[in-house]
Amino acid sequence: MTPTKPVLRVIDLQVSYYTEAGRALALDRVSLELYPGEKLGMVGESGCGKSTMALAMMRMIKPPGRIEGGQVFIDDVDLMTLPEAKMRKARLSLISYIPQGAMNSLNPVLRIEAQMRDAIKEHLPTMRDAEVQARIYEALESVELRREVARMYPHELSGGMKQRVCIAIGILLGPKVIIADEPTSALDVVTQRQVMETLDRVQKQLGAAMILIGHDMGLMAQFVDKVAVMYAGKFTEISPVRDIFTNPLHPYARALIESLPTLNNKGVFKGIPGLAPSLINRPSGCAFHPRCSEAMEICRTVTPALIEQRDGRRVACHLYDQPIRRADEPAIVASR
Amino acid sequence: MTQITIASPQAQTRSERYQHPSRLTLTLRYLRRNKSLVIGLAIALALALFSIVGSLTIDTEKLAYPLAVKPKQPPSPEYPLGTDFFGRDLLAVMVRGVWQTAVIGLIAGAIGTGVGVVLGFLSAYYGGAVDTLIRGITEVLLPIPAFLILVVIAGSIDRKSVTIYTMALIVSLLAWMGPTRIMRAQVLSLKERLFVNVAKLSGMGNLEIVFKEILPNMLPFILASFVSGVFAGIFSSFGLSVLGLGPLREPLIGNTIWFAQQQAAFFNGWWWWPLWPTLALILIFVSLTLINIGLDELANPRVRRTE
Amino acid sequence: MTPLLEFRNVTKIYSKGLLSRATTVALDDVSLRIEDDQPTIMTVAGESGSGKTTLAMLLLGFISPTHGQILYKGKDIAKLQGEERLAFRREVQAVFQDPFAVFNPFYTVDHLLSVPIEKFKLARSKREARDKMEEALNAVGLRPEDVLGRFPHQLSGGQRQRINVARALLLKPRLLVADEPVSMVDASLRATILESLRRMNREYGVSIIYITHDLTTAYHVANSIIVLYRGSVMEAGDIDCVIRDPQHPYTKLLIDSIPWPDVNRRWGQTEIKAREQDHGSVETGCKFASRCPFVMEACRKAPPPLYQVAAQQAAACYLYEKQPVLAREQLSQVLPV
Repeated sequence: MTPTKPVLRVIDLQVSYYTEAGRALALDRVSLELYPGEKLGMVGESGCGKSTMALAMMRMIKPPGRIEGGQVFIDDVDLMTLPEAKMRKARLSLISYIPQGAMNSLNPVLRIEAQMRDAIKEHLPTMRDAEVQARIYEALESVELRREVARMYPHELSGGMKQRVCIAIGILLGPKVIIADEPTSALDVVTQRQVMETLDRVQKQLGAAMILIGHDMGLMAQFVDKVAVMYAGKFTEISPVRDIFTNPLHPYARALIESLPTLNNKGVFKGIPGLAPSLINRPSGCAFHPRCSEAMEICRTVTPALIEQRDGRRVACHLYDQPIRRADEPAIVASR
Repeated sequence: MTQITIASPQAQTRSERYQHPSRLTLTLRYLRRNKSLVIGLAIALALALFSIVGSLTIDTEKLAYPLAVKPKQPPSPEYPLGTDFFGRDLLAVMVRGVWQTAVIGLIAGAIGTGVGVVLGFLSAYYGGAVDTLIRGITEVLLPIPAFLILVVIAGSIDRKSVTIYTMALIVSLLAWMGPTRIMRAQVLSLKERLFVNVAKLSGMGNLEIVFKEILPNMLPFILASFVSGVFAGIFSSFGLSVLGLGPLREPLIGNTIWFAQQQAAFFNGWWWWPLWPTLALILIFVSLTLINIGLDELANPRVRRTE
Repeated sequence: MTPLLEFRNVTKIYSKGLLSRATTVALDDVSLRIEDDQPTIMTVAGESGSGKTTLAMLLLGFISPTHGQILYKGKDIAKLQGEERLAFRREVQAVFQDPFAVFNPFYTVDHLLSVPIEKFKLARSKREARDKMEEALNAVGLRPEDVLGRFPHQLSGGQRQRINVARALLLKPRLLVADEPVSMVDASLRATILESLRRMNREYGVSIIYITHDLTTAYHVANSIIVLYRGSVMEAGDIDCVIRDPQHPYTKLLIDSIPWPDVNRRWGQTEIKAREQDHGSVETGCKFASRCPFVMEACRKAPPPLYQVAAQQAAACYLYEKQPVLAREQLSQVLPV
C-alpha cells in the first residue's frame, strides 16, 4: 500500500469548561490522525467529550468553554491559527460538521434551496445563480432526494429526509473532512439504515475522511474502519473496527463490547458498574480506575499515555505498557 | 504484579461531596447576573422607603392638602421641595402621592392578575363551552382602546365620589384581559407536559394537579403579569388624573401635574412644582420597566443565560 | 380467569382538525390479553407512526379508544370510579422515554417518588417513606445522597432514567408500560436498566409491556412480540421465533436493518424497496403493500388476516394464505408467556 499523508491531524487538543462549580477538563490533550477516505467512529458515554472534540475542531466552542491548546491540521493548514474570517471559509469547505439533531436546526421559514444557497454564497459569493442552482441539485441527488425537495419547507419532509438534507448541506462544498454527530439518533431503524447508506455513498464519492460520533456500537460495526473509544476526555483505545469487536484491549472498551446485546447472548446482562466521572473532580491517575475490574496500584497514580502497539493499535492502559512507538510520532504504516 | 481491585465508592464520593447550594445561594447568584431585575427592584425599594419613612416623619394628613402652609415657596431648608400655589408642602405631597400611586397600581395589578389567573385556568383546563365563552369575551374586549373607555367612565362619575379606591377599581376593569390570555396559553401548554401525565399516574386528582403541578410552573408568568398590571394601573391612573379626572383633592402625582399645568407654573416661575412629580414618574417608569425585563429573562429559559 | 388486561377490538382514529376530513388511523382493530396469573414481558415493536405510542396512551387511560374497549380486570377503564380507579392507577404504571420531561422542574426529584407513596398510602410515616425511596434507589444502582434533594436539571440523563425505574420498583405495579425506556440513555447504562425490568418481572411478578423500535433490546428482554405497522399487527409470536425466523416481509426488513454489533453480519440483505412513506396516502388493502418486495394483486384489494404459520407465530400476509386463519381476538394464543 502506498503510504499517504493524513488529511486530518489533531495534536494535543485541550478544551476546558469554566463553570461556577469549577474547571471541567473536557478534552485532555487528545491527538488523532485520519487518512483520506477513512472512516473513524468515536464512541463514549454522554459527557465524555466526543461532541466537544468535534466542536473544538470546528472552532465552535463558546464560553464558558475555551480551547486551551493544540493544533488541528487539515493537510498543512492549522485551523487553530487561522484568523476568524478564514476559519469561517474553512468551515463547510474544508471541514464540515453535521450536528446532533441537525434536522431540527433547519430554518423552518426558508425553503431548502434558500438555505443551501445561503451556504454556497457565503463561501463562493461570485458564483453565478445558475451554477449555484446546479450545485444544489447535484447535492440533493447525491443523497437520493428528488429535485422537488429544493422548493419544499422543512416541515414538509420526514425525519429521514431532513437528515439527508443536512448531509447534503454538509457536502455542498466538497469538504475534506466530514464530522457527523449522531446523525441517526432520532430515526427509526429502517430510515437509519437508509441515511447511513447515503452517508457512506456520499463519503466514497467525495473521497473525504469521516468521523462518526455516536454511542451505538452496532452502527460502528456496520459503517466505520477504525473506532476510537473516548472516556472522560481522553482516548482509551483506537483500533480497527474488526479488532475492537473481536479483541478489545482496553478494559473500558471491553466492558462496552460485552454489555452489547447481540443475537447470541440472550439473557446475559453486563452493565458497567459505577457512574461516569465528574470532569471537575477527576479521579487521579487513570480516569477509569474506580470502575475497572483490572485496576492496579499504578493506575491510581499514573495516567496512562496512548501508546502504539505492535499491530498499529493504540491503547492508553497500564496493562499494555510496553511501548513500541509513542503515539505522537508520525506513523509510517498506512492505517488500512 | 499484584492486582488490586479498587472499590469504587471512595473515588466517586470525592466528586459527589460537592455541596448542594441552597435555594438562597442560587437566588443570590442569579440576581448577580440579572442586573435589570436588581436595579429595578432597587429603585422601587428606594421609592418605597422614601414614602414609608416620609409618612412616619411628616404629618402628611395635614401638609399634603391645601392651605396647610405658606404657598408658592421655592425649595428651602424649611420646605425642602418647596410649596405649591394652594399651600401644600410638596415634600408631603410627594410622600403621600407616591404611596397612593403605588396603592392604585397594586390594586389594579392584583385584580387584573387575579381575575386573569382564575379565568385563564378555567378556560384552559375545562375547555369546551367554558373556554369559548371566556375567550369570546376576552377577545372582544381586548382591542378596545382601554384608555378612552376609562376617560368616559371617569368623566361620567360624580366628581365627589371619586376616591383613590374607585380609581383603582375603574382602572382594573380593563386590566384583566391580557393576563387571562397569557395564563390560558400557559396552562394549555403545561397541561400537555409529561409530568402532568405522570402526576395522574401517581394518583393525583385533576384539581390537585392544577394547584400542585401546574400552578408552581406558572409563577414567573403570574409575577410578570402582576408587574405589567401594576405598570398599566399606574399609568392609566396617571393618565386620568393628568386630565383632571382623578380624585382632585388627593395629592396624586398626576393631579399635581394637572394643577401645576392649570396654574401655568412654569410661566409663573414656580419651576419646582411640576419638577418633583415628573421625576417621580420617570423613576417609577424606569423601575417597573427594568423589573419587567428582568422577569422576562427569568421566565423565558431561552433568554436566560446558562447557570 | 379474568385477564389482567384486555384490548377488545380497539381502534383509535385521529381527525386532522375541524375542517379537514382527513383522518389517521393510529390503531386498527387490535386485540390482546395479558393474563393475571402469568407475569410476562411482551414487546410491542414498530417504527414511529406504527401506533405503539397510541397503544401505550390507551393502556394508561390517557386517551380513549374510538371503537372497542379496554378492560382492566374485566372492567372498562373508562368507567372506573373512585376506589377502583385509584386501584387501577396504583396497579398500572409506566416508565417513559424522556428522562427529563417526567420531572416537574419546580420540584426536586424526590417529588417523583414521594407523591405516589403518599397517594397510594405505601408508607405509614415519613421515615418509612424515606426508607422505601432509598431502597428503590439503591436497587437501581444510585446512591440516595447523590440524587435526593437535587433538581432534575442537576442530574445526568442516566441518573434521571434510573430514578424513573426506581419509581416503578417502588410501586411494584401489576402491569408496567415501558415506552422506549432506554432509547435516550447511553448504551452502557441500557443493560442495567433492562436488567432491573427483568428483575421486576421475575421477582415481583410484574407483567411488562415493552414498547420500542429497537428489536435488539426487545429480543433480550421480552418473551413475546407484536410487530405493528401503521396501526395494524403485521406479525406476532414468540420472540425467538419472530426474530430468528421472521415471516412477514416487514419484519424481515426490520430485522435486516438492525445494525448488529457484529462485523460479520452486514446490513442490507433485503433491499429497501420504496424510500419514505408518503404522508396521508389512503390505501385499501395491506398497509405495507407499497413498500413490499413480494406484493401481489390480492394485497392491494383487502388487508390480509393473521395466518398462523407456527405454533407460536402468526403473520398477516397473503404469502401464507394456505395456513389457518387466526382471528384477531385470538391473537394472544400465539403469544407465549
